[in-house]
Amino acid sequence: MDSITQPALAISQLSKTYEGGFIALKGIDLDVAQGDFFALLGPNGAGKSTTIGIICSLVRKTGGSVSIFGYDIDQDFSTAKQYIGVVPQEFNFNQFEKPIDILVAQAGYFGIKADLALQRAEKYLRQLGLWEKRNDLSRNLSGGMKRRLMIARALIHEPKLLVLDEPTAGVDIELRRSMWEFLKEINAQGTTIILTTHYLEEAESLCRNIAIIDHGSIVQNTSIKALLKQLDRETFVFDSATLLTETPVLEGYSVTLVDSHSIEVEVHKSQSINEVFDSLNEQNIKVVSMRNKTNRLEELFFDLVDKNLIQSAAEVDHE
Amino acid sequence: MNSYQKWIAFETILRREIRRFMRIWPQTLLPPVITIILYFVIFGQLIGSRIGTMSGLPYIQFVAPGLIMMSVITNSYSNVVSSFFGSKFQRNIEELLVSPTPNWIILLGYIAGGMCRGLGVGAIVTLLALYFADFSIHNWPITLAIVLMTSLMFSLAGLINAIFAANFDDISIIPTFVLTPLTYLGGVFYSIELLGEFWRNLSMLNPVLYMVNAFRFGIAGITDINVAWSFAMVGFFSVLLFFFALHLLERGSRLRS
Repeated sequence: MDSITQPALAISQLSKTYEGGFIALKGIDLDVAQGDFFALLGPNGAGKSTTIGIICSLVRKTGGSVSIFGYDIDQDFSTAKQYIGVVPQEFNFNQFEKPIDILVAQAGYFGIKADLALQRAEKYLRQLGLWEKRNDLSRNLSGGMKRRLMIARALIHEPKLLVLDEPTAGVDIELRRSMWEFLKEINAQGTTIILTTHYLEEAESLCRNIAIIDHGSIVQNTSIKALLKQLDRETFVFDSATLLTETPVLEGYSVTLVDSHSIEVEVHKSQSINEVFDSLNEQNIKVVSMRNKTNRLEELFFDLVDKNLIQSAAEVDHE
Repeated sequence: MNSYQKWIAFETILRREIRRFMRIWPQTLLPPVITIILYFVIFGQLIGSRIGTMSGLPYIQFVAPGLIMMSVITNSYSNVVSSFFGSKFQRNIEELLVSPTPNWIILLGYIAGGMCRGLGVGAIVTLLALYFADFSIHNWPITLAIVLMTSLMFSLAGLINAIFAANFDDISIIPTFVLTPLTYLGGVFYSIELLGEFWRNLSMLNPVLYMVNAFRFGIAGITDINVAWSFAMVGFFSVLLFFFALHLLERGSRLRS
């Protein structure tokens, strides 16, 4: 099989019904190209972790197929698993072991000799700033260090596809940004990355393509750029040096007075922010700063999820 | 995975298991040694000296093989049950489940770890027994074969217990309410010839009786039951438990949702 021409991940009609009858996935289709940096977004319970669980064989699928670089996870499980590295949402290493031992053991499970495993463990522990902690008990590491340890562990067999399930959850901003840089670097070196995250800013800044999953169905699967083009309005916050006693009137715009020094203005795609500035100028309101009220992707995300919620409710009503 | 990679995976699991029980030796190696010393002192010397002989042997020589076998059984079982369940509880079993390591290698790795502890403790207890009792090995092949097979069988049983266990209570129920009574009633401390017909026949249903007697035959040359039958029984149950454990791992029972 020529794995070069195959997608890094190909999911077809994937479904999962848990014992008890909960339908987590309703026959999803998803392709992720080689070299992509792909975001899988969705609200809690949408099916993201189930999808990842099936990809890395921790969850048994009910139907459908999954291939990693053309290798079916049922037929060629050994080869498929060699290609994939996974960073789960929860800490799942032995808290009483040292980081160096955890990494060398993980390499061993992939059939990598101890001397090569030690070299790689040093490489990734250094890259992720954990080398000094290599002989500490892993339970004594900070939350951020534990997350980085799981990334190092997932990379120890140098997979071509890295799947990260909310890797920066609970990580401070500085560390989050350093992890982003690291992920960008390994993606630039050719590793395909699939990321689930609650930080939509993270998805917007890192990923090229995106799928939004909700209630077990893919509701959007496109590039980030194309998705953002769908955004037909944005809400901006204007901070004013002038004391605002009442809501300024801007013809054609919806304006809300937030407090005595700031207003929110909803701007449609067809409108211009220049007009807002001109109008505020005419009213002698001096603007000192302006920002998006929320992340652009976040606005779209909620929009899409809300639509899906309404659609699901309509389907239930219809039935 | 090629054969060499599979060997590396097996070796990794085994090393990890050995490192685990060596790291926590005050919990894993020390207690059985202390317990066995107490058994030898109380049953062997203090009470044993008043009992006299059992099946023609001084009592301390009679109980020594049983006590060694008891250590092998409990340590093989408890090593695998606690290690595997601990991995499930901390979810680090997922490290293995996401790897290409075949299930049969995972199974072999864990049972080899259990056997290392069981046989290691058995060896320590044997050395202690030599301090308290004077005995030599009557038949080396039978002694080694039965102790290896018993350790294998109880390692497998421990793994199956760990797969089904949902909490820490579940891993202590079987050792407390099944394993300990079977061991104490399995001919460690007495010959079943002392029992009435009903209790003797009931004892014949106890698998531990066969292992203890075969082992006692290997060491002292005496047994209450046919040694060939012991091997057949231990062999049959070992094969049965091996394939059952493998089936559970293949299905991902209680491991994959």
